[in-house]
Amino acid sequence: MSKTSNINRVDGFAKVTGSATYSAEYKTPGVVYACLVGSTIAKGRIKTIDTKKAEWAPGVLAVITHLNVDKPVGYQKAKDKHNFGQPLQIFKDDSVLYYDQPIALVIADTFERMQYAASLIKADYLKEEHSTELKKAADKEKKVETEKGNDYHRGEQDGYKNAEVVLEAEYTIPTEVHNPMELANIIAKWDGNKPTVFTKSQGVEGTRKSIAGVFGVPIEDVSVNSEYLGGAFGMGLHTWPYEIAALIGSKKLNRPVKLVLHREQMFTNVGFRPYTIQKMGLGATKAGKLTGLTHEAVAMTSSYEDFMEGTVNMSRFIYDCANVSTRYRIVPLDTCTPIWMRGPGEATGSFALESAMDELAYKLNIDPIEFRKLNYAEKDLEQNKPWSSKYLLECYEGGMERIGWKNRKNEPGSVKEGDWLVGYGMGTGTFGCYRNPTSVKAKFLPDGNLVLQCSVNDMGPGTATMMTAIGADITGFPAENVIIEMGKSGLPKGPTQGGSATTSSVGSAVNDACKLLVEKAIKLASENAVFKNIPAADLELAEGMIVSKKNSSKSISLISLLSENKLEELAVENQSKGTEEAKKYSIYSFSVHFVKVLVNPNLGKIRLAHVVSCADIGTVINQKTSAGQMFGGAVGGIGMGLMEALEIDHRFGRPINNNFADYHVPVNADIEKQEVFFVNKKDPISNPMGTKGLGETALVGMAPAIANAVFNATGKRVRDLPITLDKIIETVKV
Amino acid sequence: MKNFQIIKALTSASAVTNLSKETDAKFIAGGTNLVDLMKKNVTAPDKLVDINTLDLKKIEFLSKKVSIGALAKNTQVAEDKVIKEKFPLLSLALAAGASQQIRNMASVGGNMLQRTRCPYFYNTDMPCNKRVPKSGCGAIGGSNRMHAVFGASESCIAVHPSDMCVALAALDATVFVEGPKGKRKIEFTDFHRLPGNTPEKDNVLDAKELITSVEIPENNFAKNSHYLKIRDRSSYAFALVSVAVGLDLKNNLINDVRLAMGGVAHKPWRLTEAEKFLKGKTVSETTFKQAADLAMKEAKGYGENNFKITLGTNAIIEALTIASSK
Repeated sequence: MSKTSNINRVDGFAKVTGSATYSAEYKTPGVVYACLVGSTIAKGRIKTIDTKKAEWAPGVLAVITHLNVDKPVGYQKAKDKHNFGQPLQIFKDDSVLYYDQPIALVIADTFERMQYAASLIKADYLKEEHSTELKKAADKEKKVETEKGNDYHRGEQDGYKNAEVVLEAEYTIPTEVHNPMELANIIAKWDGNKPTVFTKSQGVEGTRKSIAGVFGVPIEDVSVNSEYLGGAFGMGLHTWPYEIAALIGSKKLNRPVKLVLHREQMFTNVGFRPYTIQKMGLGATKAGKLTGLTHEAVAMTSSYEDFMEGTVNMSRFIYDCANVSTRYRIVPLDTCTPIWMRGPGEATGSFALESAMDELAYKLNIDPIEFRKLNYAEKDLEQNKPWSSKYLLECYEGGMERIGWKNRKNEPGSVKEGDWLVGYGMGTGTFGCYRNPTSVKAKFLPDGNLVLQCSVNDMGPGTATMMTAIGADITGFPAENVIIEMGKSGLPKGPTQGGSATTSSVGSAVNDACKLLVEKAIKLASENAVFKNIPAADLELAEGMIVSKKNSSKSISLISLLSENKLEELAVENQSKGTEEAKKYSIYSFSVHFVKVLVNPNLGKIRLAHVVSCADIGTVINQKTSAGQMFGGAVGGIGMGLMEALEIDHRFGRPINNNFADYHVPVNADIEKQEVFFVNKKDPISNPMGTKGLGETALVGMAPAIANAVFNATGKRVRDLPITLDKIIETVKV
Repeated sequence: MKNFQIIKALTSASAVTNLSKETDAKFIAGGTNLVDLMKKNVTAPDKLVDINTLDLKKIEFLSKKVSIGALAKNTQVAEDKVIKEKFPLLSLALAAGASQQIRNMASVGGNMLQRTRCPYFYNTDMPCNKRVPKSGCGAIGGSNRMHAVFGASESCIAVHPSDMCVALAALDATVFVEGPKGKRKIEFTDFHRLPGNTPEKDNVLDAKELITSVEIPENNFAKNSHYLKIRDRSSYAFALVSVAVGLDLKNNLINDVRLAMGGVAHKPWRLTEAEKFLKGKTVSETTFKQAADLAMKEAKGYGENNFKITLGTNAIIEALTIASSK
C-alpha cells in the first residue's frame, strides 16, 4: 500500500469551511440577476405573452422572450447535431415542448426585484394534446439505428423460450432526478465577442464546444470555469438552455448575468433518469445453466432529442449464456430530454436482470449466488475477449461473509427476528472501464512545490485528491507540496467527468507527466558539475533531491537545480491515452451489493438492517475517497430501490413532487448499518495504476438487491420501483 | 415574492391591533411554513406582524394542567423534562415531526396553523379549492396517495400535516386566543375543521385572532402512551398514517383511553367510538383489532390512498399494542 493511499481529501478544508468558490459565488463586479419563467402547459404554442408589467417593475433591466430575442447565429444552422439530436433552442420560437420550458428571461439589478418581476409575467397558450405517460404511448415506440439502438443477437434469437425452465417478467423504473445539493448555476459575461462562463459543468471542453457552436465563436475564445461542483450525478454532462439564456441576456445588456435555477426547475429542466419498462425472458436447464436470455427495454426520451443509454448492455456479457437477444426502443414524450444519471443504463438494466435472475433462482430452488456462480462468465462473450481482470467471485465471497448469508433461507418469510420478517438479497453491478485522451502539465516550482494542471472537473469523487496521490507517489513529494489546478479552460485538456473514467484517464496522465518530469529533472541535473562523470541512469529523485544511487553524498536539491539554471519552473506537458494492447481485452469493474432487510408486513415498513457493497475496481488509489464514493453510490441505489420517483399528473403533464420534501432520498436513519469493501487487486491491462472505475458501479445492482431481499422476507415480488410500503401491505395478509 | 412590510409587535394586544389595520396581514412566528407559501406565491400578504418578541414562550405547570405558550418552540416543548415525564405523547409526536432544524424554528401556534402539504395546493398552476375557491380539486382523480380517508368532501381531500396536533387532540387540549373582540378559548378538537364547501378555511380562528397558549389537563396516560408514525422515510417525511394513543391501565383493564389519528383527515382525527369501545375492556389482541375495525369503519379511499385503510387498521393495533406493553 502506498503512503498516499489514505490521504485526506485535499479540497475538504475549503469545502467544509465555505472557502471553496462555486460558480454562482464568483465575485463579479456589475453582476445582475436573472431567472427563467417556465411554461404552464406541457405542449402547444404561446399565443400571447404579457411582459409589460415586468418590464416596468422596479430594477428590471431586460425581459427576453422569443419575440425580442437576438437569436444566436448557431440557431440558423441546419441541424446542429449535439450528442443525440437538436437540443432545445431557447426562445427560438413560440413552441412549447414540455411543462416549465423557459419562455422568458427576466434580468434585474437585485435578486428580489428579479423574482418579483418574474411573477408578473403571464402567457396565454394554444394548447395541444400532450403525451407524458410512457405506458400509454407505446405506439410511438421507435428503433434508432445506432450502436446503442441496434438489436443484438448471439446464438438463437429469443432462445430462452425453448429452455427447460423459463421465466418471463416485466419491470418498471420511474423517472428519477439527479438534484445535487448545488443548484444549476451560471455567471455569464462577454468581453467583446468572447464569452466567459462560471458554470456547473462536468466537462469544461464540452461546454466550450457547445457555447462556441450556439454563438458561432471560435472554441478558443470561450472561457469556462467550473472549479468546484456541489455534486452533479450526470446532470452536468449537457449544456442546458439556462446556460445559453444567461449568455443571451449578458450579451444583450453587455453586463455579467447570474442565473441560478430554482429547486423546482431542477426537476423539469436539467434531465433525469428516464422512465423505462423492461421485459425479461430467461431460460435455464433444471440444473441451473442459463441457456437463453432476452432483455427488452422501452425508455422515454423528449420530442426533440433521441436520448439513449446502455440499459440492455449488461445482459450481453455478465453471464455465460449461449443465446442472448437484446432490444432497445425509445418513445418521444413531451418532457425535457433525459440525461445520464449515475450508473446510466446499467442501473436500470441491472434492476431487471438481477431481479429476474433472483426469480429464476427461486424457480430452480437454487441459492441465488450459487445460480450466478453456475453461470459465471470466464470471458466476455459479447466482444469475444478475455477479461483484463475479474474478481467478481471475491466480491460474492466477501459480501456473503459480511452480511451473514449463511443465515438466509431460500423459503421466503421463514426467518424472523421478533415480529420482523428477515430477508437477504443481492444484486450484481458492472460498468465499463474507459480511458480518454488527457493532457496534464506537471511542473516543479522554485518554492519546492509540484503543480499539476488539467482542465478536468472534480464534481465530488475526489479527483484532485487522486491526482495529488499519484503525483506524490511518482515524485516522492509530500502530498501537501502538490498543488492542483483544474476545472478551467486554458489548462491542458482533460476529459469530461463521467462514465467512471476520470481516474483511469487523468490519473494515467498525471502518472505519465510526472514520470517524464522526473526524467527531465534528472537529465538536467546530470549536466550539473556535482554529478560530473555520473550518467543520468545512475541518478534518482528522492525527497526533493536528485541523488546519485551509488554515492548518496553527491546530490542537488530540485530548488537549487532550478535556481542554478535560472528557471522559473521545470515543466512537462504530455497527452496520455489508452494502449493498443488494452483493446485486446474486455475491461470492466464489478460490484455486488448485499442487503439484509427487516420487514413488518402489517405496516409495510422495510428496515435496512445491514447493507454491504463490495467492488472489484482494480487498484484503490485512495481508501477514504473511494469508500466515500462507494457509500454515496450505494445510498443512491437505496433511494432508487425504496423512494425515488418523479410523479407526473398526466392530466396536466406536470410533476407534482418537484421539491425535496416530497421527492424522497434516503436519510441517515434509513440505513442502520452500512459497509463497503474493495478487492483492491491491480488490473494488469487497464492503465499504469491498474485502476478500473468506481462511480457508476457503486450504484448499479443495489435496487435489485433490495427487491430480492424484500421478496426473501415477504414472498412479495415488487417489479415496479420504488418499493414503497403500500406495495408491501397490498397483498401481504395480516 | 412581492414587497411586504414587516413590523415587530411588543404586546399581544398591539399585535392584534396592528394586524386588524390591514386587509391582508399575517402574524409571523417561526416562519417555517409561511415563508415557503410566500416564496411559492400561494399567499402574498402586504404586511407581516412579527410576534417573536411577545412573552408567549413559557411552559408553565399549574395545578392539574400545563400551559404552553404559543411561541414555545417545538424543540423546547419536545425536550422539556416535565413534558416528557407527564405528557410523553406530546413529546414523541413533536419529535416525529419535520426535521431538527425546522423544529428548532417552529412554534406551537404556528404548528397548529400550518397549511396542508397537498401538492395541488402548492402548485399555483394546478386547480385547488383551498387555494383558489371554486377552481376545482386536483387531488380527486389525481395524485392522492397522501390524502384523506375520513371527513373529506367533493371540494377537498387534503389532510392536516401536523404530528403535534394529533397528540393535542388526543390529550383534550384547549386553545386560548386573543382577538379584536377580546379573549376566548376553543376545545382543541373543535379548532381544526372539515373542508365541506369551504376548504379555504382550515380552522375556526377568526382572521384577526392570535393564538396565545394551549392548555393540557393532567392525565393518567403518561406510562402507557405512544405515537406511531408511518411514513415513507425515517425522518423528514409527512405521515401516511399516524396514531396517538394514551392508555390508563389498571393491571390489564383499560380504565380510560385516548386515540387520535394523523394523515387521514383535514383535521386531527379523534377516534371516539373506538375509545368508548375500549373503555372498561381488558387488553388483548382481539379487543385492539375490534377497536381498530370500528375506528376505520367509515374510511373511504380515493384510489392511490386506498392502502391507508388497511394501514390505518394495522397501525391502530400496533400503537395500542406498543402503548399497552410499556
